[in-house]
Amino acid sequence: MRRFSAFSLFAEALRGHQDWPEHWPDKPPKSSYDAIIVGAGGHGLGAAYYLASRYGIRNVAVIEKGWLGGGNTGRNTTIIRSNYLYDESAHLYDHAVKLWDGLSQELNFNVMYSKRGVLMLAHNVHDVQSFKRHIHANRLNGVDNEWLSAEECREYCPPLDISPNARHPVLGGALQRRGGTARHDSVAWGYARAAAALGVDIIQNCAVTGIRRGVDGAVQGVETERGFIAAKKIGVSAAGSSSLVMKMAGLEFPLESYPLQALVSEPVKPIFPCVVMSNSVHAYISQSDKGELVIGAGTDQYTSYSQRGALHIIEHNLAAICEIFPIFTRMRMLRNWGGIVDVTPDRSPILGKTPVPGLYVNCGWGTGGFKATPGAGDLLAYTIAHDAPHAINAPFNLDRFRNGALIDEAAAAAVAH
Amino acid sequence: MLLIHCPYCDEDRAEVEFVYGGEAHIARPLDPSALDDTQWESYLYLRRNPRGRHHERWRHTYGCGRFFNAVRDTVSDVIETTYKAGEARR
Repeated sequence: MRRFSAFSLFAEALRGHQDWPEHWPDKPPKSSYDAIIVGAGGHGLGAAYYLASRYGIRNVAVIEKGWLGGGNTGRNTTIIRSNYLYDESAHLYDHAVKLWDGLSQELNFNVMYSKRGVLMLAHNVHDVQSFKRHIHANRLNGVDNEWLSAEECREYCPPLDISPNARHPVLGGALQRRGGTARHDSVAWGYARAAAALGVDIIQNCAVTGIRRGVDGAVQGVETERGFIAAKKIGVSAAGSSSLVMKMAGLEFPLESYPLQALVSEPVKPIFPCVVMSNSVHAYISQSDKGELVIGAGTDQYTSYSQRGALHIIEHNLAAICEIFPIFTRMRMLRNWGGIVDVTPDRSPILGKTPVPGLYVNCGWGTGGFKATPGAGDLLAYTIAHDAPHAINAPFNLDRFRNGALIDEAAAAAVAH
Repeated sequence: MLLIHCPYCDEDRAEVEFVYGGEAHIARPLDPSALDDTQWESYLYLRRNPRGRHHERWRHTYGCGRFFNAVRDTVSDVIETTYKAGEARR
């Protein structure tokens, strides 16, 4: 890997950018690895990077059925925040937010993390009470979150309509200033480049078709489209396909896969300074550095693997956006798509060991996995390296659905509660 | 948007008239107090979530209001058939 610096960019520019090495060489799989990660999204690549950089396991492969970052990493709305209600969730998501800080420097790749603030609008008395409860809970956990009056909300986000007879009146909002956005593709590319530099093999277009287990029940490796690859430790980070991969190891998981809808507008000049979420009308919006409004909607009501856009859902979503931000009523939309999200019954992820020795899982992030990318990668890597969960992800175990210790996270993104 | 055939109204109607009701043919335990934690987990939380044929419940909420079952392919979203609640799995 050649490091990016002002000097190296200048020197390469003089040569017409012809001499850059491949960022992540396309390697054929070896016959065995110390650890295999299934799924080359941000979470899986992050896990491989942290295994190699922090936990000393460098003989690692990341196996991906499609292309790198082509699943939910490339389909989300890039929002980063950690203002979750419960202690376990606040610690989990804030672990990620702390890693977002300095990530560009660590990876030597600009992930464009922008702390522009995430503002959650309160439209009714219930919202006000619940958000204020969140703010107090967050502050007790060391997570920044503050209450803004309606006037302060408009000052922070001028396109907002706060007139008292608006369709969705704004009674105030909860602002997390450390929240914001990052460039989603860059996160996958940055982790892939940094992991490859440490010796991690990234194998794309190679679907895992089976998980081989020995007589003792422990994993021996994965069957793939390009043959058997041996490994004593396998971490699964396959988002919407997680339950299918776990079935290959004979495990049933409490997951259902839904398409989550998102869309972008045509690019315009900078107009929208922050991220605004409006949970009660199922809309969240920000503006990318390229100029597009990036808008998130809800999920389809039925389970599906189809990754298709759904016009009636974004129509509902845009109706609310136009009421809250009348300035956007004549904005044209460019693209709508769906990403398949794996949803758990309590809307919290499953991150830790499984009943199968040597098999580890990072799944169930549902509609809000992007923000957790560095944290989930680090904690999956920690769990694989130590064969035991970190204190932060210990509560997010699979057993909670049997023993009842659910983390029923009501602040999860885009889900009606 | 899906076009769904309601077996009670015997009409193809738009998806927005219907509400999805989750996986079908999950039998409520006859003697709940006899179940252990593993059986409760299975009944409450474990779902097949298949890639392919899926048996699921729908309710014609803004029509006749009745529940029925459908078989849908979760990759193409094509609905193979719909049938009345209580009928055998297809």
